[in-house]
Amino acid sequence: MGKFQLITKGLVKENPTFVLLLGMCPTLATTTSAINGMSMGLATMFVLVLSNMAISAVAPVVPDKVRIPAYIVIIATFVTVLQFLMQAYTPAIYETLGLFIPLIVVNCIVLGRAEAFANKNSVVDSACDGLGIGLGFTVSLTILGTVREILGSGSVFGWKFISGDGILAFVLAPGAFLVLAYLIVLFRKITAKK
Amino acid sequence: MAIQSSFKNMTLCLFSVCLICSALLAVVYAVTAEPIEAAAQAKTNNSIAAVVPSFDGTPEKAEIEVGGKKYNYYAVSKDGHPVGYAIESSAVGFSGPVVIMVGITAEGVIYNTSVLSQSETPGLGAKCVEPDFADQFKNLDPAVKVLKVEKDGGDIEAITASTITSRAYCAAVETAMNVYRSIVAKPDAAAVPEAAPAAETAPASADEDSNQ
Amino acid sequence: MEYVFIIISAIFVNNILLSQFMGICPFLGVSNKLSTAVGMSGAVCFVITLSTLVTYLLQVYVLDPLHIGFMQTISFILVIAALVQMVEIVLKKVSPALYQALGIFLPLITTNCAVLGVALMVVTKEFSFGGTEPHMLNLGESVVFAFATSLGFGLAMILFAGLREQLSLNKVPKPFKGIPIALVTASILAMAFMGFAGLV
Repeated sequence: MGKFQLITKGLVKENPTFVLLLGMCPTLATTTSAINGMSMGLATMFVLVLSNMAISAVAPVVPDKVRIPAYIVIIATFVTVLQFLMQAYTPAIYETLGLFIPLIVVNCIVLGRAEAFANKNSVVDSACDGLGIGLGFTVSLTILGTVREILGSGSVFGWKFISGDGILAFVLAPGAFLVLAYLIVLFRKITAKK
Repeated sequence: MAIQSSFKNMTLCLFSVCLICSALLAVVYAVTAEPIEAAAQAKTNNSIAAVVPSFDGTPEKAEIEVGGKKYNYYAVSKDGHPVGYAIESSAVGFSGPVVIMVGITAEGVIYNTSVLSQSETPGLGAKCVEPDFADQFKNLDPAVKVLKVEKDGGDIEAITASTITSRAYCAAVETAMNVYRSIVAKPDAAAVPEAAPAAETAPASADEDSNQ
Repeated sequence: MEYVFIIISAIFVNNILLSQFMGICPFLGVSNKLSTAVGMSGAVCFVITLSTLVTYLLQVYVLDPLHIGFMQTISFILVIAALVQMVEIVLKKVSPALYQALGIFLPLITTNCAVLGVALMVVTKEFSFGGTEPHMLNLGESVVFAFATSLGFGLAMILFAGLREQLSLNKVPKPFKGIPIALVTASILAMAFMGFAGLV
């Protein structure tokens, strides 16, 4: 696979949200608005790219039996680095996303990519893979957040186009499940036609 | 391709991974500690500036004990005269504490309020940060208006379908008023034995005020 | 009395799955059959309670006194991973029957974000139950909170698995097959749990 394919495959073919159904917790919890969804996606992408690179670099010297704990420590390190950076430079977003920033550690996407790709590919390829999957995740979360924000608050990226309230249920828990269900169906319909 | 999983290798590998990671974290922590502190400070300063009239100098942080609980407040002054106090206060809302900063002028009028943290339902209670609700507390004189939602016989219009949050907000402002009265009663503040009796009388006098 | 509020709040009002979205992966992944859902819930219950106890002690007696709060995420996840391994080994020796029932779910639990989520929640967030002053939980409250949360996890999981078992017998439009229809079901279940809001 070329570098370009590595980066674009996350958008459709191996879309982590709509096809692989990975990392559902932040997907559902943080997409109350387009901005929140996008921030979460970018935060995950940051960890994904760095941990993919680090893991592909150390993989040859890590004994097989302890690879999972070693990977988890590496991922947790980058997550904590991200926590500090966000606290320092984007405190408002850090507060909104709250607990779900440290919980990137247990996001199946990150450990999944480490196991499936990074530990048997070069550093550059792993970085591209992380970038691609991260991009797919970010785009999916932004779409989900946008739909929920339009229906739930009547606004897009904070810009309000109706006066008054939207359909509140879409900002709350039931709407998260419902919008994701229909977006997966839509995604399946579109990709099936191709 | 991976090296042999012998006990020595495994221990060595995990140990060095942990060591490198901790070292990296310690460095990042040391580097970002200052910006994090600055960001937190900026947030506090912004919320103070938003809730009190214009002032000069830096607001001084102080602590006062009212009714057995410690409250943080910031006294601000202009040209040497005290112009107001920003008081941190909280109450339990629908899904957790609602923490607000209440600015009260030297005359005892609420200048403005701002939410420091809340975890209310988005689209319902979370609207307490919006001007539609929060602006009701702007320039509110507790001697004239009653700090309660209309349902409870007060003058504050509650957020639609979020009476509990609205009540919590009013209660937090009311608490701040009580703290303010204690501060004014004891200008030098923080003398615990002296502050205690004031604390006991404060809630009662608050009720009298609000019944006027 | 406060414990009663903690339990009701953690099981119904702030259900970890349906209102906080933690642990969704096993919720969608192993809820096809009622029996596996029961097994998973049991294993999660065990691990959440135990790991919260250990991480709480770790935070209070190691991280706080040494001022190394920045090691929080790393140390917590390592404790959880190690604990899961230990539970697996102990269970294998002590109760092979229980191991048969829970064994296959145990490795999955390390990456269940409900476990790390609860462990982090009790040491970072202030709680208030039944109108008490917001405060950090003490050890007893933390463990009760963790246990009740895992019961809430189990309740939602088992309800959901029951619904999905019924659903598998019905005709479902092709694009909805599998996860989408499960998500629609979860949505309705979440709506039902919203009825508990404001109870505590």
